[in-house]
Amino acid sequence: MKKQCMVLLVENNAGVLARISSLFVQRGFNIHSLTVSPTHNEKISRITIMTIGDEKTFAQIMKQTGKLVETKLIFSVEPTFSLIHEILLIKFSAKENGNEDLESLISIYGVKVVDRTGGCIICELCDTPQRIDSFIEDTEKFEVVELCRSGAIAMERGHVTYEL
Amino acid sequence: MKLNGSEILVNVLLEQGVDTVFGYPGGSVLNIYDALYKYSDRITHYMTAHEQGAAHAADGYARATGKTGVVIATSGPGATNLVTGIATAYMDSVPMVAITGNVPNPLIGCDSFQEVYITGITMPITKHNFVVRDVNELADTVRRAFEIAGSGRPGPVLIDIPKDVSAAMAEYEPCEAVKAGRTSEIKGNVEEIAELINRSERPCIYFGGGVRLSEAGDELRGLIEKADIPAAYTLMAAGVLGYGERNNLGLIGMHGTYCANLAAHRSDVLIAIGTRFSDRVALNTEKFAQNARIIHIDIDPSEINKNVIADYSIVGDVKAVLSEMLKFIKPAKHDAWMDQIDLWKSKSYVPEDSDEVLKPHYIVQKSCELAGKDAIYVTDVGQHQMWAAQYLRHTHPNNFLTSGGLGTMGYGYGAAIGASIARPEVPVVHFTGDGSFHMNLNELCTAVSYNVPVISVIFNNSVLGMVHQWQDAFYGKRFSSSEPNRVTNYKAVAEGFGGVGYHCETPAEFEAAMKEALTLNRPVWIECVVDKDEKVLPMIPSGKTVNDIIMK
Repeated sequence: MKKQCMVLLVENNAGVLARISSLFVQRGFNIHSLTVSPTHNEKISRITIMTIGDEKTFAQIMKQTGKLVETKLIFSVEPTFSLIHEILLIKFSAKENGNEDLESLISIYGVKVVDRTGGCIICELCDTPQRIDSFIEDTEKFEVVELCRSGAIAMERGHVTYEL
Repeated sequence: MKLNGSEILVNVLLEQGVDTVFGYPGGSVLNIYDALYKYSDRITHYMTAHEQGAAHAADGYARATGKTGVVIATSGPGATNLVTGIATAYMDSVPMVAITGNVPNPLIGCDSFQEVYITGITMPITKHNFVVRDVNELADTVRRAFEIAGSGRPGPVLIDIPKDVSAAMAEYEPCEAVKAGRTSEIKGNVEEIAELINRSERPCIYFGGGVRLSEAGDELRGLIEKADIPAAYTLMAAGVLGYGERNNLGLIGMHGTYCANLAAHRSDVLIAIGTRFSDRVALNTEKFAQNARIIHIDIDPSEINKNVIADYSIVGDVKAVLSEMLKFIKPAKHDAWMDQIDLWKSKSYVPEDSDEVLKPHYIVQKSCELAGKDAIYVTDVGQHQMWAAQYLRHTHPNNFLTSGGLGTMGYGYGAAIGASIARPEVPVVHFTGDGSFHMNLNELCTAVSYNVPVISVIFNNSVLGMVHQWQDAFYGKRFSSSEPNRVTNYKAVAEGFGGVGYHCETPAEFEAAMKEALTLNRPVWIECVVDKDEKVLPMIPSGKTVNDIIMK
């Protein structure tokens, strides 16, 4: 079982997300995370899906999703040739003393402290899913009030053209 | 020219060559039915007893002609009643366009009267579906629906049209019919795969509905004859090969022949063509054809490695792939292998005849003898369906209509009506069981209204035969809810609807009834009393292999 990333360029129609998520549920495919947004071409939306499964399942997911009429292009994304990024917002309860360990982790990971309100700190980290996992793991001993992740977005490096 | 949405819809249907539609009117499609009234000289609408019957009729029409079937239903319950029919078409790759009305745009999402989210409901059972929110998009959407339904691997497409859209005016410009074109693109190394076939000693072909849909019977026969390869077919491809041909192994799968299943199992190269290794054929995906290198040819790339892992694959239209492949196939003879197959054939299951009681194989064989090899045969689902598949000797693949993938009991009557309307020049025989028939026998009123001369042959064994057979074999004879004790008088019900009914208990009575029915040109029911312990044999249980085949 392996986490894998795929990108879909789809027609920006009402219902397209429902169609894709319905397909995943129907066929028992796992969605770990999913992000969707319009692109610079307003008729096209870009969807990034992180999924967990073996190679055979991943190949089936790609083919079944690629078969949908509104899917214009689908490709898998390998971390070696691409950027796969995610945003984490995490809120800690800040104690009066003893925040030094947290502050040092914040600086090691290059985390941005974006808010300090009512005895809480909200940290923002934009990085690879693995780095975000590891930051969350390292901060386990601190009191987490809330946590929210965006799901991955991905882009291949270099000049890539898609024929749609 | 300016037309309202409903007139645009009907004009686009005419553009696409549609002259026959099936359906049922209702509030949200009143505008559409008004247009159908106006254009009734050019397009005939057949109203069924229930929308499910209409959907199956459109399916039967499509399967019998190869054209895209069209069905119309109103919003809400009208639309949901289509669901089983659409799913049936989806599973068997039948081109169909289903048109549903919906409540007007401003009422959508308000739980209005007879409102359902039919595009949501049908998402997993359509190739694609549309909601037309703007009348200006209607014509192109309908054209696109026909293109999607008929191209590549065919399937059903649903178009949902809110009532204000079917009333609104827009500019209509006529177009030519869309080309649901064949693809000539082939992905895979045909030459290398042909070489593998050339080197094989025990090759076996297993082919399915893709060969029928691609009209590739000649190319298939070319391969079979040139390379001397025996071939087994799935339920969806019965009739592609002639029954007398030496290389025809017969039906493969759960109720397939001993020979077909054994040949696939013992082959060294298995060539799967236009088929999908369903669990009714590859009963155990790990052990299916485990000694063979598997070649899979299909138009749908998602079928490759879905159920069974193929060693080699080619994605493309079967006809194009086989034509290309034939260039690299060397003439061969596999005498030892074919002798072995003849030996297996000689061990086929042979049912026992009777002069006194009606045996299932007799009913099928006698029907086929009397109605002829060119008649259209339609089935429901269950034991009678398997008996029909095993004993029919029809010669055209488009003359055997059966719900293979979804296994829809109640499919047959609607489909038979659709097929008879499509091809009135040939007899249509509908084989059904007392279980399946009770689901949709109300469609007799449709057959009577339009005088559609479907002959329904009812295998009445007074139980749900297939359920009963499984309970007998695998559930310690605990016949839970499979013996309904119905006392339906079929002859009286048939006559009550305005049709003709016969009750038969002996071969002589059946022969006389069938002969007479074929002369009447009216809807007929022939009830055949069959013993409830008749079994469909041979049988390979789910998850097992040919080594576990039950022959008696």
